[in-house]
Amino acid sequence: MPQQQHADGPAPVIAPGYTYATVTDKISAIVLTRRTPRWWFVGAALMFALVMLLLYAVAYLLLRGVGIWGVNIPVGWGFAIINFVWWIGIGHAGTLISAILLLLRQEWRTSINRFAEAMTLFAVACAGLFPLLHLGRPQLFYWLLPYPNTMGLWPQWRSPLVWDVFAVGTYATVSLMFWYVGLIPDLATLRDRSQHRLAQVIYGFLAMGWRNAASHWQRYQTAYYLLAALATPLVVSVHSVVGLDFAAGLIPGWHSTIFPPYFVAGAIFSGFAMVMTIAIPLRRVFGLEDFITMRHLNNMAKVMLATGLIVAYGYLIEIFTAWYSGNQFEWYMTVNRMLGPYAPAYWLMIGANVVVPQLFWSRRVRRHVPALLVISIIVNVGMWLERFIIVVTSLHRDFIPAAWGMYVPTRWDWALYVGTIGLFFALLFLFVRLLPAISIFEMRELVAESERHGEAHPAPRAGEAV
Amino acid sequence: MAEFEDGEALLRAARAAREQGYRRMEAYTPFPVEGLPEVLSVRGRRLPLIVLGGGLVGGATGLLLQWYAAAVNYPFNVGGRPHASWPAFIPVTFELTILVAALSAVLGMFALNGLPQPYHPVFNVAEFSAASRDRFFLCIEATDPRFDLQETRAFLETLGARGVFEVEP
Repeated sequence: MPQQQHADGPAPVIAPGYTYATVTDKISAIVLTRRTPRWWFVGAALMFALVMLLLYAVAYLLLRGVGIWGVNIPVGWGFAIINFVWWIGIGHAGTLISAILLLLRQEWRTSINRFAEAMTLFAVACAGLFPLLHLGRPQLFYWLLPYPNTMGLWPQWRSPLVWDVFAVGTYATVSLMFWYVGLIPDLATLRDRSQHRLAQVIYGFLAMGWRNAASHWQRYQTAYYLLAALATPLVVSVHSVVGLDFAAGLIPGWHSTIFPPYFVAGAIFSGFAMVMTIAIPLRRVFGLEDFITMRHLNNMAKVMLATGLIVAYGYLIEIFTAWYSGNQFEWYMTVNRMLGPYAPAYWLMIGANVVVPQLFWSRRVRRHVPALLVISIIVNVGMWLERFIIVVTSLHRDFIPAAWGMYVPTRWDWALYVGTIGLFFALLFLFVRLLPAISIFEMRELVAESERHGEAHPAPRAGEAV
Repeated sequence: MAEFEDGEALLRAARAAREQGYRRMEAYTPFPVEGLPEVLSVRGRRLPLIVLGGGLVGGATGLLLQWYAAAVNYPFNVGGRPHASWPAFIPVTFELTILVAALSAVLGMFALNGLPQPYHPVFNVAEFSAASRDRFFLCIEATDPRFDLQETRAFLETLGARGVFEVEP
């Protein structure tokens, strides 16, 4: 059983016995010296095969047009938008961990922030494909940007889809900068520690001559905190804008004022599920149990529980307001979700997002690693279903019964979706191999901090009760 | 340049050097050490102002751009909404505020730190590569008015350093 919480301070976020040198060596060794494990080649090959599938699906789509998908006239938004919202949502946990938890001075973020930020970037990269590809004429995507042109035309500023361009563009740029700024001191570490001339040059180039000077650190920290303070409202706004894609519409089931906060909560919920899905295998195969401790997993489970409850509340309020509105279309939309042709998806979603996460109330479940992995995968599926329900069930039966239809995804919908999963994990595989998956300098800071705490509480922690 | 084992020793050394009257010095540490910028009298008030300025520029540009495009340059009836429909302009204004503020935070930090700068004389000390691992360095620059090669070296040796090195320019 892991150690219980100390009376004055929380359980350590790093296993005892580490020094500046050992944390540095341990994390940089994964990139620099340790032999690439066989599973990496197997996994990376598999994921690159899926990237090929993605490229094939995209090429065929560009050749033949969006008609190869299952979208039709009532349901114009199919997998493309479902997957867009799903991927963007996954990205949000990374920013939450790196920015919001930094502002709240949660030191347990340190060992998970780097790969959570990487996860954000790769998820946004996957998400960014869909809005472009689902355009009927993707080659004209640049018409969404404001630039002086010979046609004298501007984007239509009142459309949430134009807001999306700005929101996702800003989000991708800011996340990339935040991630890169966080990497610079670690790139300098890799530059100083690598033995290969080529690696020294590449890491040295990327580190831009970072030399750990105290005056640089001072400005660096200021910049890092300011970025965190800017990323926090950004992350809330991005998924709110995504929520407005729906909420600004008139469709029953979409036109709901609760969407912006409820989408943000859902994004954090699904994002933490993905962080957990990645963290558990990562700590195991690289032997990082000392850095990504049970306390991290436990806290992530608690965040998932909290946001999961907000999502469950959102479901409840949607049903309540549909009934309370006295609007026959709203009420029919709700009944149709529960009992209509897509009812199995609805009930699976309720099971995966509302019922299963309640297991996190139990401390035993929160400390059981395989259970955490299984539940987080279930939540990922459940949150995908949530977007499916919102997009499809609202559209396929709305105001005019003559315009009712069904949406059945084709194999090209699936190929594109599975392909982006491949792209996501392929990038993640490259990332863990080429860059430090855990922030090295922040771990050194943590070591310094735990030493200071050690002086403050000279009594040994082991054996102390609750 | 003197090498130390931990942040406390470096902090003590920097204070001692300050009392000796040295001003042009720089410390190199594997992570930010609390209290060090104050001892070295590094001030960091410019970056937040740059970021604020960037944010204001971004927000103003966003709002003016939308207003100009939708209400002045090519007014157009979209869904019966007013030309200067300011609530619909808020999301883009907000995102551009954040974007320009964040860009100025990063580029401002690079500019104030003088990065990218791949070559710096401190890299000539072989032991210096440990600054990114577990060692702390204090470097007194030769441009300091009180600097004297022998004297400064002797002074640094009194501070309990692991080693004292000369930095080739």
